[in-house]
Amino acid sequence: MTDAAIDTAPRSPRLSVSDEVAISIQRMNKWYGAFHVLRDIDLTVYQGERIVICGPSGSGKSTLIRCINRLEEHQKGKIIVDGTELSSDLKNIDRIRSEVGMVFQHFNLFPHLTILENCTLAPIWVRKTPRREAEADAMHYLEKVKIPEQAHKYPGQLSGGQQQRVAIARALCMRPKIMLFDEPTSALDPEMIKEVLDTMIELAQEGMTMLVVTHEMGFARQVANRVIFMDQGQIVEQNEPEEFFNNPRSDRTKLFLSQILGH
Amino acid sequence: MSDTHAQTVAFVRESMVPPADPPLGETGIFKWVRENLFSSWLNVLLSVLSIAFVVWALAHLLPWFLQSVWDAGSLTECREIRDARYGEGAASACFAVITERWNQLLFGFYPPEHYWRPVLAFVLFLVAVSPVLFQGLPRRLLAFTAIYPFIGYWLLWGGTIWGPLLVIAGFVIGWGAFRLAEPRLGTLAAAIAAILLPLAWWFFAVGPIAGDLAQIAPIGLVRIGSGDFGGFMLAFIIGVAGIALSFPLGILLALGRQSHLFIINKSCVGFIEIIRGVPLIVWLFTASLLLNYFLPPGTNFDLMLRVIIMVTLFAAAYMAEVIRGGLAALPRGQYEAADALGLDYWKAMRLIILPQALKISIPGIVNTFIGLFKDTTLVVFIGLLDPIGLSNAIRASTEWNGIYWELFVFIGLLFWICCFSMSRYSMYLERKLETGHR
Repeated sequence: MTDAAIDTAPRSPRLSVSDEVAISIQRMNKWYGAFHVLRDIDLTVYQGERIVICGPSGSGKSTLIRCINRLEEHQKGKIIVDGTELSSDLKNIDRIRSEVGMVFQHFNLFPHLTILENCTLAPIWVRKTPRREAEADAMHYLEKVKIPEQAHKYPGQLSGGQQQRVAIARALCMRPKIMLFDEPTSALDPEMIKEVLDTMIELAQEGMTMLVVTHEMGFARQVANRVIFMDQGQIVEQNEPEEFFNNPRSDRTKLFLSQILGH
Repeated sequence: MSDTHAQTVAFVRESMVPPADPPLGETGIFKWVRENLFSSWLNVLLSVLSIAFVVWALAHLLPWFLQSVWDAGSLTECREIRDARYGEGAASACFAVITERWNQLLFGFYPPEHYWRPVLAFVLFLVAVSPVLFQGLPRRLLAFTAIYPFIGYWLLWGGTIWGPLLVIAGFVIGWGAFRLAEPRLGTLAAAIAAILLPLAWWFFAVGPIAGDLAQIAPIGLVRIGSGDFGGFMLAFIIGVAGIALSFPLGILLALGRQSHLFIINKSCVGFIEIIRGVPLIVWLFTASLLLNYFLPPGTNFDLMLRVIIMVTLFAAAYMAEVIRGGLAALPRGQYEAADALGLDYWKAMRLIILPQALKISIPGIVNTFIGLFKDTTLVVFIGLLDPIGLSNAIRASTEWNGIYWELFVFIGLLFWICCFSMSRYSMYLERKLETGHR
């Protein structure tokens, strides 16, 4: 049943992907009250895959990735993350959440904690890492996102791009197996988008499994091995980036691409 | 010109002219007065009127204060001394009533030979509260804060030391029960055991065991009943106990009101709306009169304790709504970020949500504290001798019949010092917790 979805998604030759399944979503449905947001979503994500999800606003793309770490509850179908099925069992939910990193559109850093404390909080309290080790780890990831010198400042003192890079480092500190990005550059000024995208590209090159909701089509071309187009709560089309951008099959995809690339 | 080129070749200035002072009218007090008091004709008029009013008020008040009498045994004596010193009928405050009734105003009818106990309890209170108020102090002091309630209780009321010690033991029992039961029975069962066992211990075991121990090793202080408590001490005890207890209770109620669990949510809403919707004075009468009908006959439930419980519940209902405001002000993203990192509910609340929500609510929380502290004067209506009650008693005595202002000025000053300190502390805290805009 899920195989159909996989077969339409040829692997990108540039980036090697394992056969291990990271996320498996089967006939998943979600409603907000009577409004049917997600309809029969089937999606299998392999370890090391980089998937870009795009689509018009209200198409359910953010809702889809928020279902993967249970920020939203689905009402029908199955979501299996890293071998564990998402149910209302709180222990499972917290376990999955600690394996899945999330980066938000509005960063959502904790303003009452320093950058370093933002990064060490979850490792210390969820993973029970000793403080010293957690801090060394955090500094390592802050260096990776190129802002170790800001470690003792508060989020309010940083620019938007810097805050988003801290948010990425904060998620990485939990050593997640999967990273979800919910429009990570949509709230940023143009000159800051690049620094965040560069960080994400670097992460992709290291083989992180990534699901990225974004309208940055350049990013999609460069790092994605699959681009998914969603509209009205359904996956309309998915393909490797070259095919997706050059030969879109459905009319809705063509219309969307013409609008987003047209100017 | 000659200065400018003292040691300098033309065109290149090396030696500087010393800066000139700005015009006299543009600096310091002259500038301030001109800009703030006399900037227009209307302001000149208002300033003059205000100054005239201040002068007039001070002219009447200052002599009353400055020509006050501090040593007299009664109001008549006070008047005689005034007539002798400042002339007949001069404005003069008779603060002698405060010096003469000082101990009574502070301690009520607490036995004088035991005054050291409330004084020591107060000093230890300051020690206990300081690590909570100021981050810079060693964290180890918090252990003392934790046991202070028992020390304070024992010092003030006296009795055998075994009572408070066995009550502390109840907490140890609860903790032990949780540690033992959690791996075997799971968190929920362990939590229930950790609540029920200590309750059973406190209600059924502490009394008899404390009695036995007191016979074997009679260590203790003279027992002093709540009936002897009074004055500012009474107000302070009720106020501080109410503040210390209503704060955590208010937090729990606020969280409960946000809960998605139906029963918890509705019981918190019901509690808050019922307690908050009825005047405090009604609750106090309930505590002093009605509870006797509901409690089994023969139980002697301390009136002061009942009042503290009522004041606590009342303030907690307000506190809950203030904190709920803080919780509502937090962006949804903070909850989501905490969830997404895998923090469970209590950790998310403790580490992420409450620190921010409480910071937002500081002005409202302190407002409630101040209100609670001043509301302790209402206990006069159920017969407790708080400062107001004592002042009524003092004014009813033959010596001080007819004195008003001096007593109320003094009582007002005591309350004002406490409330103003709280206000200043809250401002200090707000400044300290400021970490830049979000």
